[in-house]
Amino acid sequence: MSMTLLVNVSYVIAAILFILGLKLLSHPATAKKGNLTSALGMFIAIVMTLLHRDIISYELIFAGILIGGVLGAWMAKRVEMTAMPELVSLFNGFGGLASLLLGLSTLTIKQTDTLTITTMVIAYISILIGGVTFSGSLIAWAKLGGRMASKAIIFPGQRWLNALVIITAVALPFVIATQPFTLNWFYIAIGLALVFGILATIPIGGADMPVVISLLNSYSGLAATAAGLAIQNNILIVAGLLVGASGIILTQIMCKAMNRSLMNILLSGFAKPIEPGEKIEGEIKALSAEDAFYVLEAAQSVVVIPGYGMAVAQAQHAVKELQELLEKNGAEVAYAIHPVAGRMPGHMNVLLAEADVPYEQLYEMDAINPRMDSFDVAIIIGANDVVNPAAKEMKGSPIYGMPIIEAHRARNVFVLKRSAAAGFAGVDNPLFFKDNTRMVFGDAKDTLNTVIREFGD
Amino acid sequence: MELIYLLFILVLAGFLGFELIHKVPATLHTPLMSGANAISGVTLIGAMVSAGSDNNHLTTILGVAAVIFASVNVVGGYMVTNRMLSMFKSKQKNKEAQQ
Repeated sequence: MSMTLLVNVSYVIAAILFILGLKLLSHPATAKKGNLTSALGMFIAIVMTLLHRDIISYELIFAGILIGGVLGAWMAKRVEMTAMPELVSLFNGFGGLASLLLGLSTLTIKQTDTLTITTMVIAYISILIGGVTFSGSLIAWAKLGGRMASKAIIFPGQRWLNALVIITAVALPFVIATQPFTLNWFYIAIGLALVFGILATIPIGGADMPVVISLLNSYSGLAATAAGLAIQNNILIVAGLLVGASGIILTQIMCKAMNRSLMNILLSGFAKPIEPGEKIEGEIKALSAEDAFYVLEAAQSVVVIPGYGMAVAQAQHAVKELQELLEKNGAEVAYAIHPVAGRMPGHMNVLLAEADVPYEQLYEMDAINPRMDSFDVAIIIGANDVVNPAAKEMKGSPIYGMPIIEAHRARNVFVLKRSAAAGFAGVDNPLFFKDNTRMVFGDAKDTLNTVIREFGD
Repeated sequence: MELIYLLFILVLAGFLGFELIHKVPATLHTPLMSGANAISGVTLIGAMVSAGSDNNHLTTILGVAAVIFASVNVVGGYMVTNRMLSMFKSKQKNKEAQQ
């Protein structure tokens, strides 16, 4: 009995350390300590669980932890910072799968006659959420890594199939509650969950991925909470909900930054094709990288606005090199980061941190917009929709109302881009036609390196 | 344990989570997510009991599989978060590192 108490006390300590860890994550200077605090909590909980009175053999537990731990460590060491959204998606999926397996394992115990209807229904919920998280995350992982086309996939009858899956999933608990116990109902639940995870993720396009990842992150936590309810374990409930809350908040932030509702994003693939809006007047003016150098050399203040294209071109190190040259030349350099730039929340910040850009120089959209007029040059690298003034000026535009980084208000705007094609949303960008905008065509990294070479001469 | 008691914990943890996460700045949102991955690996604790108890084979197999996937999350999640957070440097520290 006292052993059980000891194990439970360790869970309370673990919960405290998780919470303290998240609290320390509120500032970059203490964040690393926060992560270690959280890891310590997890370590204590794992070690103390070994004292659990039901555990009689340890070989398989240690073997499992060793296999999983080595695999996890290998993935964590190997991953490129540009590929972080894929890794997080994969981990979301594994979290969901673990909860599914745990939920199912509560139903396969020896004395199935002790199973109450409540336990069965809760296990069913953990299987459902875990399954959706797993298959949905695998699709997100495949889309992000280019293993499948990142555009929305739609097929005829998809809505009806969705409706059918949802109705079956809602009806099944009633069957479970009224019919004699058999695992078959739960195998059906696994099938439904996996199918629904796929159906829900394939109609969502590449630029909406930050929302999908955040949402799946939340699900992986909620799946752990449901599994915790099934096995009546407090620490699973608390930790799972912390993760669930985190994912939900990030999802809200992403939706707000795109000025769209969650429903609108989840069903975006089903929306009608975008009608071409108002005609944009003006012409596109190109500039060579060499000429861009002369303007930058004279600039007193420069703001860099990165987007997913910077990650694709792996241009973050070249950006940092240019920043140093500009600063040596006496200019102030700031970075403006839109909440949905990149493929997951905070993606750009991590890439720039990797290139040793100090975090004080990274500004959020609301912090940089008021002083945008004071910048001599705004350099846009691989971003498009997040700087599209149509969001402010063109009422008919599909992105009208979305908060943007107001790059067009800088004295000069350089857009580093492969071509003048529209952004992901298929929306024309009037920024390219503004008087103060110059397009520097070509690979962003090559362009930056050319400018850097000019500084050297 | 009574379900209502567990639900009580659930509600309180939910509110606490919202309060805490709201204070995390945008610049740390990626490490927040990978750190959350690690915390969601807490299912490892339940999975260990399923894997190590006197149960039939199916339960043990499911338990061990859950232990493996949850361990990937715990170890991988904390390690990659640590790797990322080590890269976040202030201006001051950057200068010290260069000297």
